[in-house]
Amino acid sequence: MTKIYVSSVIPAPAAEVWKVVRDFNALPGWTPFVTESRIEQNAQADQIGCIRNFVLRDGGRIRERLLALSDYDLSCSYTILESPMAVENYIATLSLTPITDGNLTLAEWQADFDCAPEREAALTHQIGTGVFQAAFSALKQRFGR
Amino acid sequence: MVQIRQSTIIDAPIEDVWSILRDFNGHGRWHPAIAFSEIDGGEPVDAVGSVRHFRLADGGELREQLLALSDKDFRLSYCLLEAPLPLMNYVASIRLKPVTDGNATFWEWRSEFHPPAHRRDELVKLVTEDIYQAGFEAIRNLLRERPAAVPLQARSPVVAMTPSAAVPRIASTIFSGQAAKTRAILVERYGGPEVLQLKDIALPPPASNEVQIRHTVIGVNFIDVYCRTGYFDLLRPPGVPGMEAAGVIEAIGSEVSGLSAGDRVAYACPPVGAYCERRNMAPDLLVRLSDDIPDETAAASLLKGVSASFLLHDVHAVQPGSVVLIHAAAGGVGQLLVRWARHLGAMVIATVSSDDKARIVERLGAHHVIVYSRENFAEAVMRLTSGAGADVAYDAVGNDTFGGSLASLGIRGHLVSFGQASGPVGNWDIGRFASKSITISRPNYAHYTDTPAKLSPHVERFFAALRQGVVKIEPPRRYSLSNAGDAHRDLESRRTTGALVLVP
Repeated sequence: MTKIYVSSVIPAPAAEVWKVVRDFNALPGWTPFVTESRIEQNAQADQIGCIRNFVLRDGGRIRERLLALSDYDLSCSYTILESPMAVENYIATLSLTPITDGNLTLAEWQADFDCAPEREAALTHQIGTGVFQAAFSALKQRFGR
Repeated sequence: MVQIRQSTIIDAPIEDVWSILRDFNGHGRWHPAIAFSEIDGGEPVDAVGSVRHFRLADGGELREQLLALSDKDFRLSYCLLEAPLPLMNYVASIRLKPVTDGNATFWEWRSEFHPPAHRRDELVKLVTEDIYQAGFEAIRNLLRERPAAVPLQARSPVVAMTPSAAVPRIASTIFSGQAAKTRAILVERYGGPEVLQLKDIALPPPASNEVQIRHTVIGVNFIDVYCRTGYFDLLRPPGVPGMEAAGVIEAIGSEVSGLSAGDRVAYACPPVGAYCERRNMAPDLLVRLSDDIPDETAAASLLKGVSASFLLHDVHAVQPGSVVLIHAAAGGVGQLLVRWARHLGAMVIATVSSDDKARIVERLGAHHVIVYSRENFAEAVMRLTSGAGADVAYDAVGNDTFGGSLASLGIRGHLVSFGQASGPVGNWDIGRFASKSITISRPNYAHYTDTPAKLSPHVERFFAALRQGVVKIEPPRRYSLSNAGDAHRDLESRRTTGALVLVP
């Protein structure tokens, strides 16, 4: 099992950041690497079990299922159903925690998955830096820093 | 029930923040609201179930019990057992998380309790601001004021030197796969006592300007704890801690003169690396041991003895009739200072944190012993000296005692601040010192000992004092090298009074 953990401080209150990231269909709106996304079968984007079907800038298509969403904990978890990345048992959680000192947000994104051993380093970099950190950097910019 | 949740970002790596917070008794050193703290019954500071008994700056006494502690999750929780305020059913937890883009630390402090309705707002404000937010600020300042390579010393003396060239060499040879190996305590990451693991590391033949020493006894000092936790960067993982040892020379480099295989030697100096069976080092600061100084005595006392020597003779020359105030007098250096200052003809006023320690210091010959957790020591010093005050105060406690030490001094008194076990002393307006023409010293071990010419007078004087019985070294508490972690636990729990040594 490979684990990835990325965290960052977003210069905005957690409730405001949550408004942006809780929408399971909103990746094109806040990440730099997704061009289009739709929720399959006309489901609601916050319905547990719904599937988002999105296209990366490089053309790759990914389907992910929402496993959990908590407006109390400000966190959501999802699993990859189909992707070009050759990962298995992929479960990721994105969560926000208020930083009361300054009214900021700690954003955390972690993932567990299985893959071929020789792919582990490349995938860890691709997902940790290219996806999670890139998305957090975009969020930081969006909120003004 | 009310729930409080406060969080902040500390601009330091998570290991640094955790090394401070995981010490359940450490809040007495860094939290501004706390005047004094100790663990009941001498339990280790990280033992679940241990109870800390502490006193607030306003005199209130509290007891809190550690409920859980995880070095893996950087989390601990505790509950209140006794308090002067109705914080009913107070349970709190501290949790750290790394901020991976920037090497900072997220710190959350949360709690719940049941206040009486009419005091709810007042108690919520107290916990939120005076405890949690003040704590955040104190840790932030502590880490900011901490210069990376300059040790802030505690109960044992100050050893400050920039890491020598030998440190990276030790680290780089650890996994080099050479045939010659030695057993050593290797710190692969900063952390609690559990990071002290016995491993085989490579040991090349000594370089042309080095000797190889087989250790027989290794001294344990509080600075080793700071190296282990990353508080000082004298040790960079992976590395071997330890500043003091005695042993036998087994091999010498081609350019070394004046020493030969079979010589008994001891040392008390950087670079770190003493926690091992054998090591190579430059011979400059090695001390040759005569037959009447046992290895165990040398390893248990050289660092402390040399410190006591320069503190009493160079930093301040104690004279017959001098009034000398010594804090932490039951500690390693403190015990030597008490005996030695008395021998020099001084009137010795000692302070300690508990009655047990008071009895030890009385037996050492202190004229007066003050339990500073119970009595205002500055007032006591003035009373004992009929208002004249002390000529010199030896203060390794720092934050908790600095102001009191100033107040204890007489006209032209000298405050020797050689450690800060309770935290940095903060900023002082030196203009106020003119009211008594006070002198302040902040000696650094290295500056008094880093050349043979500086070191040898102290070594000779200390060994002479030992031979004459001026100072005595009680048999140290012995641990096997593989149990270095236990030695650190005991040292940090403050239940030890004499010296600790490791035996390879």
